[in-house]
Amino acid sequence: MTVLTAPAYLSPSGKEVVFLLLGLVTLGSALLVVTTRQLVHAALWLVVTFGGLAGCYIMLTAEVVAWVQVLIYVGAVVVLLLFGLMLTHAPIGPHPDVDSGNKPVAAAVALATAATLVTLIVDAFRTAYLPLEEATVGSARAIGDGLFRAFVLPFEVLSVLLLAALVGAIVLSRQDIPGGEED
Amino acid sequence: MHLVYPLVLSALLFCLGIYGVLVRRNAILVLMSIELMLNAVNLNLVAFDAWVRDAVHSGQVFALFVITIAAAEVGLGLAIVLLLYRNRDSVQVDEATELREQREVAA
Repeated sequence: MTVLTAPAYLSPSGKEVVFLLLGLVTLGSALLVVTTRQLVHAALWLVVTFGGLAGCYIMLTAEVVAWVQVLIYVGAVVVLLLFGLMLTHAPIGPHPDVDSGNKPVAAAVALATAATLVTLIVDAFRTAYLPLEEATVGSARAIGDGLFRAFVLPFEVLSVLLLAALVGAIVLSRQDIPGGEED
Repeated sequence: MHLVYPLVLSALLFCLGIYGVLVRRNAILVLMSIELMLNAVNLNLVAFDAWVRDAVHSGQVFALFVITIAAAEVGLGLAIVLLLYRNRDSVQVDEATELREQREVAA
């Protein structure tokens, strides 16, 4: 936690400009994810969102997290979601009723949450500054040290959790397991 | 870089996720919105890790853990959605009302 005099907001550095542009791309594509009427397009805009976030991680010098983000989210999660859309016979093309009737309430809740969080964050962290010039904070060596020294036990527990999720997904998807009654 | 930039971005992303969860009818789109919220949390963790800078990089390690759990969650979630589709021929979350409180169902 470094305390130093932060530069002014009105003279952003090059990194900050790049981060802001990436943030705009991320927010815009995320907005399209939650508002588009075409289901497949939502999944594809999700790729842009995750890619923009990976760029943000790189701007925060967290390289490992950025590449894991690209591998897991863009590579695996979006493909899984597209498979899910295909297997549930999602309609291709604009779909009139992808949104439920509580759109005003949802927008009000989201806007209220955004106003509260942004006000709180700006008030609390206005003077906090990240000195990112001298070193990367997320090199593979540093993350590996932390992961396999201090966090070995959670890491192993997580592998058991993944195994349990795998077995659970298989049990849920198989239709020939005896014992379950058919509808 | 000012810490406010990543934090505000993460807060806005989280709110977009909230909006998506509340407004979408298709269960897979709800899952996508949940992924948006998890990503917002990840950005927060990474930003605070770059600020706090402890020796073991807790924030980034936690972000990796969250990514792993999100992968497990989306796998299980899709299995449940597929089961729902197989049993009911529909993945609209507001049509899966069997466990709701008994009231007059408005269409």
